Amino acid sequence: MRIVIAKPGLDGHDRGAKVITRILRDAGHEVIYTGIRKTPEEITRIMIDEDAHALGLSSLSGAHQVLIPKICEKLKSSNMHDVVVFAGGIIPEHDHQILFDSGVRAIFGPGTHSNTITEFLSEVENRKLNKMPTGVGEDLGWRWC
Amino acid sequence: MALVLIEDSELLESALRGDRRSLGKLISRIELGFNPGLKKSKTWTLGVTGPPGVGKSTLIGSMISEWVRRGERVAVLAVDPSSPKSGGALLGDRMRMQGSDSSDSVYVRSIATRNHPGGLSYFIDPMIDVLAAAGWSKIIIETVGSGQSQTRIAAFTDRILLVEGPDRGDIIQAEKAGIIELADIIAINKSDIPSAKETFDSIIYSLDMSKSSNVDVHLVSALNGDGIISLIASIEKCHNYEDENFIRLKERLLSFWDSRLLSYPDLNDLLEQLNTGTITLDEASDMVCKGLLEEEI
Ligand SMILES: Nc1nc2c(ncn2[C@@H]2O[C@H](COP(=O)(O)OP(=O)(O)OP(=O)(O)O)[C@@H](O)[C@H]2O)c(=O)[nH]1
Ligand SMILES: [Mg+2]
Repeated sequence: MRIVIAKPGLDGHDRGAKVITRILRDAGHEVIYTGIRKTPEEITRIMIDEDAHALGLSSLSGAHQVLIPKICEKLKSSNMHDVVVFAGGIIPEHDHQILFDSGVRAIFGPGTHSNTITEFLSEVENRKLNKMPTGVGEDLGWRWC
Repeated sequence: MALVLIEDSELLESALRGDRRSLGKLISRIELGFNPGLKKSKTWTLGVTGPPGVGKSTLIGSMISEWVRRGERVAVLAVDPSSPKSGGALLGDRMRMQGSDSSDSVYVRSIATRNHPGGLSYFIDPMIDVLAAAGWSKIIIETVGSGQSQTRIAAFTDRILLVEGPDRGDIIQAEKAGIIELADIIAINKSDIPSAKETFDSIIYSLDMSKSSNVDVHLVSALNGDGIISLIASIEKCHNYEDENFIRLKERLLSFWDSRLLSYPDLNDLLEQLNTGTITLDEASDMVCKGLLEEEI
């Protein structure tokens, strides 16, 4: 899969995002790393230009409550309904539902085993093959947990 | 939302009309072997190559900003190698190109080599043609200058910028000709670091030795902008001399030849026979030539 790893929000730490990037590369994916401090508009532009299938958003600073739903909306309004969105970083339990409702399909907390993330992506590939919804703007019935 | 498979022709049409999503998808299809078969239109292409980490992407970023200011529409294909083991790739060039994510006048696309036999030679031309037909007035291809098939991608452009960095003097002396022979312009980046000047001196020395007087050499800093304007001026006025075009065409031919040889269906058979000594190298190449001819019929 072609996967974009982005870091919205203002904090400048991106070690976590870089680790994920390497894990996904070693699992055979083409990973585009965008660097820090990207706006929802920029992230959407990158998804379009790179023809990416999935978007991983890393958040540490509490930016997720506003920014992640905003990115999901922007993807939908740009006709990118079939893109798979997942999130990682520090996201408190009570915020998960907002993200799932926006179309995020998986949330990986700190200390998630790298296998878990690659298994999630294999499951996504399987579902896509069987024409089952996985995208940010598709039927919300399924998510990884 | 149902998955709709858009016809190639429909996709092409809307990409040429300026729809970026269609352009993105079209390039993905070209990567899988689709050739839109466009008529060769007038294109302006620049290959940017050089060793890892010398600042190729950052430098492209600062040139983009200047070109966009002058009203150009700039497209970049940033090529990185796929891992031969996992098939995955880390595509981190666009991160270093300022303004790559927000301007309507910039299109950056990351491309993994996907371990194609002989490199990307089959794909790069159709991609350039599509970008040119879609109205991108400057097309830049970034590729790491290590490994022959990687370097050869640069030969698919009309002008080649070789980027070097500080502390590369000894290596350049040792390499002698190599990529320097293909380069039209050389930029030694990171001039904000004093030892860049040493690289500059040894390149000037190498060029004097090989009497390649057509090559402009610049000391620049992508970080603070020093020398960028005159580098751009040099790139703009660069035109191909006939003998240089021959060097380039030869590289293109070689890279096509590699692709065809490496995708020759009975290649493993041949290698086996070479290994056991049943045939000679000469016989093996005869067999490949004959085999390729028969494939055509
Ligand atoms: N001091 C200094 N650092 C620079 C300059 N240009 C780039 N860099 C730094 O050099 C590092 C590599 O820059 P890139 O632009 O990614 O280099 P590259 O040649 O594209 O690298 P690859 O694509 O990985 O081969 C980064 O940390 C840049 O910030 C410069 O002019 N001066
Ligand atoms: Mg680069």
